[in-house]
Amino acid sequence: MSDIVISAKDLSLTFQTNDGPIHALKDINLDVHRGEFVSFIGPSGCGKTTFLRVMADLEQQTAGTIAVNGTTPEEARRARAYGYVFQAAGLYPWRTIGGNIRLPLEIMGYDKADQNTRVAKVLKLVELAGFENKFPWQLSGGMQQRASIARALAFDADLLLMDEPFGALDEIVRDHLNEQLLQLWKLTNKTICFVTHSIPEAVYLSTKIVVMSPRPGRIADVIDSPLPRDRPLDIRDTPEFIEVAHRVRDGLRAGHADD
Amino acid sequence: MRNVLPILTVVVAIFALWYAGAVMLNAPWAKDKATRAGIELSFPQLVADTWSQQKPKLPAPHQVGEEIWKTTGAMILKGRGFSKRSLIYHSWVTFSATMLGFVLGTVLGTLLAVGIVFNRTMDMSVMPWVIASQTIPILAIAPMIIVVLNAVGISGLLPKAMISMYLSFFPIVVGMVKGLRSPSAMQLDQMRTWHASAAQTFWRLRLPSSMPYFFTSLKIGVAASLVGAIIGELPTGAVAGLGARLLAGSYYGQTIQIWSALIMAAVLAAALVGLIGAVQRITLKSMGMAQ
Repeated sequence: MSDIVISAKDLSLTFQTNDGPIHALKDINLDVHRGEFVSFIGPSGCGKTTFLRVMADLEQQTAGTIAVNGTTPEEARRARAYGYVFQAAGLYPWRTIGGNIRLPLEIMGYDKADQNTRVAKVLKLVELAGFENKFPWQLSGGMQQRASIARALAFDADLLLMDEPFGALDEIVRDHLNEQLLQLWKLTNKTICFVTHSIPEAVYLSTKIVVMSPRPGRIADVIDSPLPRDRPLDIRDTPEFIEVAHRVRDGLRAGHADD
Repeated sequence: MRNVLPILTVVVAIFALWYAGAVMLNAPWAKDKATRAGIELSFPQLVADTWSQQKPKLPAPHQVGEEIWKTTGAMILKGRGFSKRSLIYHSWVTFSATMLGFVLGTVLGTLLAVGIVFNRTMDMSVMPWVIASQTIPILAIAPMIIVVLNAVGISGLLPKAMISMYLSFFPIVVGMVKGLRSPSAMQLDQMRTWHASAAQTFWRLRLPSSMPYFFTSLKIGVAASLVGAIIGELPTGAVAGLGARLLAGSYYGQTIQIWSALIMAAVLAAALVGLIGAVQRITLKSMGMAQ
């Protein structure tokens, strides 16, 4: 297997609407390597979510190519090569937390015993051990989102696509989940693509930050983070962190300057 | 408990209006009778007469109550609860046709809804017919269903159930199409990311999501089903059932009998809707979907 998990070349996506075409993505070139944590940041309408959806075969590009694990996104989806975490936890109220995590496993045909061990394993991973038989409404928003991450981790996918998973949560819960997510990433060696519009979140989490600008959705800057892989929360007060955040902010501003 | 007072107020108001209506509507007959007999009626006498006529235009509540008791409870006490003169027997006849038609209508409605949701051709071709079917007055089509089915040797319970089905499948189709389409785009995308088959998406997401819509449709469907069964009994020559009692009552001007059959039908409908409501509450609560 090659080291490159996602490879986009001259990728463009144009939506045809009644108000004329909308260039959601224009000439995107990007490689994501195995084990990287890549954040996509930009104002709304910059195409960051659309790009993630193209990777997941939830949208199709109108020009250019994209490869996921060396195949088309569709083949990757059929091979269940990625786990996708949406902005809302989207847990089924009629299933317990364990039942919700078991859902993709049932669909993918894992046997019962395997399902049970996997559910127990990922619940421990997201620190929800003991909540298997609780129902979603019995959990806080942050815990629900953790359960939805556990659901995406339960099956064998090396790639995790996350679309503003903590966007609806408050700052304190968010900090905690960011810390946990880094732990998870270290433990599981997954490749993570993470969409956000929070600069501190992007800088804190990522090994690579992709700054995007809107109309048409383009990549304004790609920043390889100089921060070490081990990141306590107070790394956010270091000069290196502040410098990277600065560069992200500059990239965002540059993208805004030409509209 | 705080609902008791307003509910009682409404009930009392209904009875007051009912008794007043009985006085107004039955007074001309009472006065006619008095004039022919050459008597002058005082107001209390007039009221007493309007509330105790044999064939009143509008029977008073206690007359209807007496009639219902005479044809139900009293019959049971005599050990003849299921005789042909008992309202329990007639209710049972209507009830069985209602339930058979309701089950058939629910199955038909659900199957059509599944087809409409999963098949674009069905979506575009079936729905207009479903709607058109309900614009035809059921009173016009009911005798034809009875006659046609009778001609092919089907009589008894099934023709009536068919009319019930004809009325009850409609709310089920409409509700279930909406219910099966109720999962959000995100939930459907999520299923797609897992490469779930259409059947897996149906059983695990669409069907459970449709339950609140399903139960609401069932409540409307069962009431429509009862109406269908009663209408189905009218053209059969008033053999048995609440519809037959209504028809026989109107032949012979037995308004008390008509009203007691009407009340019985209303009680039956209320009981069925209440039963479904109870199942709905229990099911949705256990599914974490209670509103």
